[in-house]
Amino acid sequence: MIAFDLPTFWFVLVGVLFAGYAILDGFDLGVGGLHLFTKTDEERRIMMNSIGPVWDGNEVWLVTGGGALFAAFPEVYATVFSGFYDAFMFLLFALIFRAVAIELRSKQPQRFWRRGWDIAFAGGSVLSSFLIGVAMGNVAWGIPLDENHEFTGNLLTLLHPYALLLGVTTVALFLMHGNIYLILKTEGMLHEKLKRWVKITIPIYMVLFLIVGISTPIVCEHIGLAFQERPYILSLLFILALLLAFNIPREVYKGREFIAFLSSCGSMIALMTLFGASVYPTMVFSSPNIVNSLTIYNGSSTEKTLGFMMIVALIGVPIVITYTVSVYYIFRGKVKLTEESY
Amino acid sequence: MTIGLGLILVIISGLWLKTRNPLYHNMGRFWTRIFGLIFAIGVASGIVMEFEFGTNWATYSRFVGDVFGSPLAIEGIYAFFLESGFLAILLFGWDKVGPRLHFFSTCMVALGSHFSAIWIVVANSWMHTPAGFHLAKKVKVAADGTQHPLTAQLGEGSFTYEEIPLPTDYVLQQSDLHSVRAVITDFWEMVFNPSSMDRLTHTVLGCWLVGTFLVISISAYYLLKKRHLPFAKMSMKIALTVAAITTVLQFWSADSTARGVAENQPTKLAAIEGLAESTAEAPLGIVGWVSWEKDDEGNRIGFKQTTLKIPYLLSIFVSGDFLHPIKASETVVVGLEDLPSDAFLLSRHPDATPEELKKIRPDYWPSVPVVFQTYHIMIACGVALFIIAWTGLWFWKTGRLWATDKRLTRWYLIVCVFSVFLPQLAGQAGWFTAEMGRQPWIVYEILKTSEGLSQAVRAEQVLTSLILFGLIYALLFLVFLYTLHTKIKHGPSDDISGEQLPEKWRSLEVLEKKTGGPDQ
Repeated sequence: MIAFDLPTFWFVLVGVLFAGYAILDGFDLGVGGLHLFTKTDEERRIMMNSIGPVWDGNEVWLVTGGGALFAAFPEVYATVFSGFYDAFMFLLFALIFRAVAIELRSKQPQRFWRRGWDIAFAGGSVLSSFLIGVAMGNVAWGIPLDENHEFTGNLLTLLHPYALLLGVTTVALFLMHGNIYLILKTEGMLHEKLKRWVKITIPIYMVLFLIVGISTPIVCEHIGLAFQERPYILSLLFILALLLAFNIPREVYKGREFIAFLSSCGSMIALMTLFGASVYPTMVFSSPNIVNSLTIYNGSSTEKTLGFMMIVALIGVPIVITYTVSVYYIFRGKVKLTEESY
Repeated sequence: MTIGLGLILVIISGLWLKTRNPLYHNMGRFWTRIFGLIFAIGVASGIVMEFEFGTNWATYSRFVGDVFGSPLAIEGIYAFFLESGFLAILLFGWDKVGPRLHFFSTCMVALGSHFSAIWIVVANSWMHTPAGFHLAKKVKVAADGTQHPLTAQLGEGSFTYEEIPLPTDYVLQQSDLHSVRAVITDFWEMVFNPSSMDRLTHTVLGCWLVGTFLVISISAYYLLKKRHLPFAKMSMKIALTVAAITTVLQFWSADSTARGVAENQPTKLAAIEGLAESTAEAPLGIVGWVSWEKDDEGNRIGFKQTTLKIPYLLSIFVSGDFLHPIKASETVVVGLEDLPSDAFLLSRHPDATPEELKKIRPDYWPSVPVVFQTYHIMIACGVALFIIAWTGLWFWKTGRLWATDKRLTRWYLIVCVFSVFLPQLAGQAGWFTAEMGRQPWIVYEILKTSEGLSQAVRAEQVLTSLILFGLIYALLFLVFLYTLHTKIKHGPSDDISGEQLPEKWRSLEVLEKKTGGPDQ
C-alpha cells in the first residue's frame, strides 16, 4: 500500500471537481448545442428552462475547480492559464454569452431578440464544449514548456489534429449527455422527438470515443508508457466507460430514462478517471522536452497549505454535495413553464 | 449589488413570514426578479476573476499561490456553491417549496454572497498588508546534502526538492522569481492580517449601500409616477432605514480603515491627502487639484496642488483621540518626502547617496494626482448618501415624503432616483484609491506589479483581450440597463388579495389565520 500522500489527495480532489463540472455543465452545454434543432419558441423555452435553476450552480464547479487548482497547484494553474491564454479568453467569452443569453432571451418577445439570443446560447455552448475538449487534448498531448515551466508556443501550437479530435469528441459527448437529460425533463411531442435524436447522438459519440481510445496510447507516447505500466487498471476503466456508454441506448429503449442518465454520468466518471489514471502523477506534459513537465510534486503548494486545505475541503465538499442533491431533488420531474421561467 | 439587495430580500421575506401581509410577498417577488437579473450579470462577468490571476498574472500566481490560492478556493467551496445552489430555490422555487424553506434559501443566498465578500477581501487585504507567511527559496538537494540552485543539472533521481526559508528582511530580486515564493506559516494570521477586518467591514457596508440605494431609486421613481404606491412606500421605508443606519456605520468604518492605512501604508495615506512634508497639525483636504511636477527628463520630482483644507483635522483623525482635539492635533503625519523611509530605500539601493535617495523616492510613490481625486470623490459621495438617507428619514417622520405633489418632495425624490449612481461611484473610486494607492506594489513592499505579469503572454494578446472584454462588458451593461428598465416599467403586482401566493402557501396562510398562527 502507498502511504497517504497529500499531493495525490489534491490531484484526486481537483479531478473530482473537474469531473463534476464535466458531468453537470456537460448536460447543460449539450442542451445548448441541441437548442437550434428545435423550431418552436415553446420547445426552446422548455429546453432552456430544463437547465434554468441549475446552470449557474454547474458553472461554479469550474470556478471552484480553478480555485482549488490555484490553492493546491499554483504552478500548474499559472502555467496552463497563461499558456492557453487566447483559447481561454475565447472560452470565457463563450461562457459569458451563453449565460447572458439564458437570462435575457425571455425578456422580450420580439423575433429578432429571441433569435439572436438563441444563436448566442447555442454558439456559446458548442464553442465552450469544443474548447474544453481541446484543452484536455493538449494536457494529454503535451505542450512546449521551458525549464521555468513557461509555455513557449502560441495558439496554433494548441490546435493540432489530436486536440481538435478531442474537441469534437467532447462536443459529441455533451450533446449525447444533454439529449438524455432532456428526455428526462420533457414530455409529449418534444419528448418523442428527443428519443429519436438519441439514435443519432449516441452512435456519433461512440465512434469518436473508440477512435480517441485507440489512438491515444499510440500517438501520445507517455500515455502509451502509462498503459504498459498500469495495463489492467487502465484497460478496465476503458472497458467500463465503453460498457456504460453501450448501456445508454438500452435503457432509453426500455424507458428507464433516469438510469440512462446515470449511465451516461457513470461513463463520464469512468472516462475522467481513465484520463487521470493515465497522466498521474504528471499534470502537464512538456513536449518535446519531457523533463520540464509539471507533476503533482513540483507544481504543488507546501504540505502545510495542502494539509490545511484538505480539512477545509473535507468539511465543505460533503455540505456542497448535500445541498446540490437537494436542489436537484426539489426541481425533479418534467419542466413546466411558469411566470418565473426564462 | 447582490450583497445589499440580498440583505433587503432577507428583511422583506422575514417580514412576510411574520406578518403574512401579501404586500410583502409581492415586494419579495419583484425584488427577487431584479436580484436574479443582477446575479446573472454578476456571474457572467465575475467568472473571469477566478482565472485572470492565472492568465494575466502567472508570475504573481506562482509566487503567492501557496498563500493566496486558499482564500479563493474556500470562496468557491463555501460561498459560490451556497449562493448558486439556493439561488435556484429563491428564483424558481416559489411553487416547489414551503415559505419557511424559501426564507431559509433567501438567507443562504445572502450569507453566500457575504462569505464571498469575506474571502475575496481577505485575499485582497493580504496584498496590502501581507502577514502569516515567509519567503522561501526552492533548491535541489543532492544525495550528499549539498544545496544546488534549481537550474543545476543533476542526474535524474539523485536529488530532492526542498524549500529553504529566507530571512524576514530578505529583498526579493528579479532573478529570484522562478525559485522564491511566499510560503504560508500561519493561516489565521494571513486571514486576520492587519487590514482585512477594517476593509471587509468597509466593503460590505459599501455593498449594502449599493443595494439599498437601488431600492430607494426605483421606489422613488414609482412614487414620482404615482404607481404601485403601497409597494413603493413600504420599500422606501425599509431601504431608508437600512441606508440611514449603514451610512453612519460607514463613517465609523471609514475612520477606522483610514487609521489602519495611516499605520500600515503611510505612503498611501500621504498620497491620498497629497501631503508632501511630514508635519504636526496636518490639515485635511476637502477638494482640490494635484498634478505632478517633473524635471526635464520626465522624472517625477514632486507635485503641486491647490486644495481647500481644514487645518489640524488630519492629525486629529490619524490619532483617533477625538476627545482631546488639542493634544491630538500634535500628532505628526509623515509626508511623501519621507516615504518610503530612507532605511527601506537603502535596503533596495544599498549604495545610494542621500541625493540619489531623493531622486529614487518618487518611483515608490503611487500616482498622487489619481488617488487624491478618487479618494475625495469617494468621501464626497459618502457624505451625499448620508445627507440623502437622513433627509429621507426626516421627511418620512414628518409626513412630507408621501406628499408627492409638493415641490420639495418631488425634488427630493428626483435626487433619490439618481442617487443609485452615488454608491456605485463611491465603490469604484474607493477600489481605485485602495489599489492605485498600493502601487507600484502588487504585494505591498514585497513584489512589484510589473514583476507579477505572465511571461508567456505577449502585450498584444493582453491588449486584444482587454478591448474585447471592454466591448463585451459595454454590451452587457447596455443589455442590463435595457432589461432592468423593462422590469421596472413592468413593475410589481398590485394585487394584494393573496392571489399571487403560490398555491401551497395560500392554504397554509388560511389555515394559520384560522388557528391564530403558530406564533400567538
